[in-house]
Amino acid sequence: MRYEKPATAKEAAGLLAKEKGAAFLLGGGTDLLVKLKMGMVEPDLVVDVKHIAKANEIQTTAKGFSIGAAVPSARLTEHKALQKAWPGVVEAANLIGSDQIQGRCTLAGNLCNASPAADSVPAMIAAGAKAVIVGAKKRRTVPVEKVATGPGQTCLGSDELIESITLPKPGPRTGDAYLRFIPRTEMDIAVVGVAVCVTLERGRVKTARVALGAVAPTAILVPAAARALVGTSLDDEALEKLARACSAACNPIDDKRGTVEYRTRLAGVLAKRAAKIAFARAGGKS
Amino acid sequence: MSNATLVSTVVNGDAVQFACPSDESLMTALRDRVGLTGVKEGCGTGDCGACSVTLDGQLVCSCLVLGVEAEGRNVETVEGLAQDGQLHPLQEQFIEHAALQCGICTPGFLVAAKALLERNPNPNETEIRYALAGNLCRCTGYDKIVRAVQAAAKDMRKAKRR
Repeated sequence: MRYEKPATAKEAAGLLAKEKGAAFLLGGGTDLLVKLKMGMVEPDLVVDVKHIAKANEIQTTAKGFSIGAAVPSARLTEHKALQKAWPGVVEAANLIGSDQIQGRCTLAGNLCNASPAADSVPAMIAAGAKAVIVGAKKRRTVPVEKVATGPGQTCLGSDELIESITLPKPGPRTGDAYLRFIPRTEMDIAVVGVAVCVTLERGRVKTARVALGAVAPTAILVPAAARALVGTSLDDEALEKLARACSAACNPIDDKRGTVEYRTRLAGVLAKRAAKIAFARAGGKS
Repeated sequence: MSNATLVSTVVNGDAVQFACPSDESLMTALRDRVGLTGVKEGCGTGDCGACSVTLDGQLVCSCLVLGVEAEGRNVETVEGLAQDGQLHPLQEQFIEHAALQCGICTPGFLVAAKALLERNPNPNETEIRYALAGNLCRCTGYDKIVRAVQAAAKDMRKAKRR
């Protein structure tokens, strides 16, 4: 196994393009090193993205935030402006593993590992995050909901890597929230995860985005659930409609964490709770 | 050892060099090449925290870090806790509270607890339990550990005021 630490994303993409064997990207390594230990992967080349300057930064721009692919979750928590703008994204990233894992795991890694239950992914989707993807020949920007194509599968080509994740600047009276259900209080994988982002106008929801995790092969955006909220101030009827739309969008598996029926029902229950938190964070009064 | 990479790093304040294959974990390199066996291997997959160290001050599982990633970084292990033959207040209180039995998890708990107290010198019980959720103990249980951390935190706050 060769280990490379390129200084730019372009150089990293060049290394990936040239490699004839099995090449893997290393961000925080919290998934890759486990797979390495288990013998699930046998890399010929590992490209460490942590020496790419841009991948290590959280930049605040006029358009919003750019979070480098190598920035660990622990640094998101310490970033006051990001925390204030997108509390739901930060709380979702904070749910990934222990403090030890937080010191290493990244948003881009959580996205590229493409687990259907990845906690940060629904929150990024609800917030309208985009992935800046660098390839050997071109750069492209892809909405986060389009990156994972199935469990463990992404839309990235063999010569591509995520350099950063962008989050827009939230409009006035915008709030987001993420809730997941696990049978323990810490250190577990989501049975269901729900992220909600709402923007209010005169006390009512003007626009909304609702995303679900762990109930389909990838995290999903649920437009019908968002429509249930628009124009309302989160009355009981709107919340019931939201719950029904979320449950209807579920296509989960049965496993030791939950049955199909349980996950489907739970998605609706959690959506109502997450919507109330997002609404309150946006300054809404119900 | 073919394809070994020479790694220059700082461990517990001392400049250290070791050669390791690029797919070797920092945990294995610290134990087998640097001789710091206070770094324990529990699960080897980032679940148990027995191999906890800090990397440039950030708490991590050394089993989830490659040895080659330590190049130019600052690593702290449990061996760095005691200073000039004087045990760290956390070590003193772990002994005082009998917060260990077999001891395999103890170095990881100490390193993680130190990282917590540096960030939050006065954590409540809930904060301690969350901060140590990445460290598993299979014999003592967590109650004595939590109380030892609270007592050490108190000692450290007192020492600071002096």
